[in-house]
Amino acid sequence: MNNNALKVNPRDNVAIAIRQIVKGEDIVIDGVKLLEAAEDVAPSHKIALVDIKAGGSVIRYGEPIVQAKDDIRRGQWVHVHNSQPIERD
Amino acid sequence: MEFKGYKRAEGRYGVRNHVLVVSSVSCANGVVEALGRIFPDIVTVQHAYGCGYGPDDWCTSFNMLSGLVNHPNVGAVLAIGLGCELLKAEHLADAVKGKPAEALVIQQAGSAATTRKGIDIVEGFIRQLKGQKRETAPLSELLVGLKCGGSDAFSGVTANPSLGVAADMLVGEGAAVVMGEVTEMIGTDHILKSRCDSPELGEKLQKLILGHEKYVKNALGELAGMVIAPGNIDGGLSSITEKSLGCNAKSGSTPIREVVDYSARPTKKGLIIMNTPGYDIDAMAGMAGGGAQIIVFTTGRGTPAGFPAVPVIKVSSNSTTFNNMRGDIDVNAGSILDTGKTVKDVGREIFECIVRTAGGGLTSAEINKSSVFNCLKQGATF
Repeated sequence: MNNNALKVNPRDNVAIAIRQIVKGEDIVIDGVKLLEAAEDVAPSHKIALVDIKAGGSVIRYGEPIVQAKDDIRRGQWVHVHNSQPIERD
Repeated sequence: MEFKGYKRAEGRYGVRNHVLVVSSVSCANGVVEALGRIFPDIVTVQHAYGCGYGPDDWCTSFNMLSGLVNHPNVGAVLAIGLGCELLKAEHLADAVKGKPAEALVIQQAGSAATTRKGIDIVEGFIRQLKGQKRETAPLSELLVGLKCGGSDAFSGVTANPSLGVAADMLVGEGAAVVMGEVTEMIGTDHILKSRCDSPELGEKLQKLILGHEKYVKNALGELAGMVIAPGNIDGGLSSITEKSLGCNAKSGSTPIREVVDYSARPTKKGLIIMNTPGYDIDAMAGMAGGGAQIIVFTTGRGTPAGFPAVPVIKVSSNSTTFNNMRGDIDVNAGSILDTGKTVKDVGREIFECIVRTAGGGLTSAEINKSSVFNCLKQGATF
């Protein structure tokens, strides 16, 4: 099966689209169908692999990169509309 | 694993055996250029300063250039000076240890006679270097620079993680790898701090990154937010932390062993962080000055820039750039996007390319003679 997304680190809870993904399409990583896209995702953009609660960390490269502004459902596009930088002291 | 390199008296191994002709001040560049026309296979370095600047910049350029004249890829050095400058040709020739070095001063003889003398000296150097043979050395003798420039949305997806795999393989062989571009680490100071192999080193690195953050904010003012630009957000990056992690991905996953100043020679093996700016040529100059025998440079938009005396391996993040710039790029990490290769596969390709280059295989930038020089300068000129 042709891959259409990449997971950089085993700890990540998002994958990266490597080409345009349309709503309803299967997300295939390393030849395995993992889930269905809940909305369109542009190339190089993030897609949630699991449900992420509001305030929860979005993990990429094995590290928290942003936190969810609202609940994010598995298969949804993750970007600045539903996430925000993590507050630091 | 092993490669065949040129053993230097001071112990390091070169992956090249270049005759280097370098100016000590920009006023002497004409003679350097003339010698480069006569001997197209030597490496020439012409730069923009050497005089009319303050002590900090003098030190930066002297340290960088003395790192370059002592670089293991250089077999012999001719420094050309003017005579009345701050950074003199003799300073550079005197800095060379354990290999032939000469200095010529234009104000003592004029350009034409200096060029004629230079021709004799360079011919002598070429004869001397011809007899030198490569010797077997372990890969642990390598110091490899890790650089990204002209990045695009896929740099942090394909090319940088692949380079990270190659960096881990090099460290696994006992080699050293050096990553610079501290401005590209903003937003990840806490993460990189935890990757350092001692708390003191972590504090040092965090302080360095926060210092650069402050410097960028002072320099750019309201534009500081441009560090994560609208183009980055269009490309899917949601925070400066995410953008910087994509840059850091080229360093792989091993602990940080040392943090060194601009163009300083690391004393440890493993992953080294160097204090360089993000600007491509200045960053490569720092790594070259520190003795990196090879630099691996990932690029999304594509850049042909190489560096004098140091083979620069180019890795594209996407196939469009690879195809648009055929002959400039050595490894195409875009194959991850369109041929189903994995990051690990391309990481191995980069590693193999490094080993090949160490043994004498030419990079695209070397074949094209794309040898671009600049050195960090921060203060005013007078």
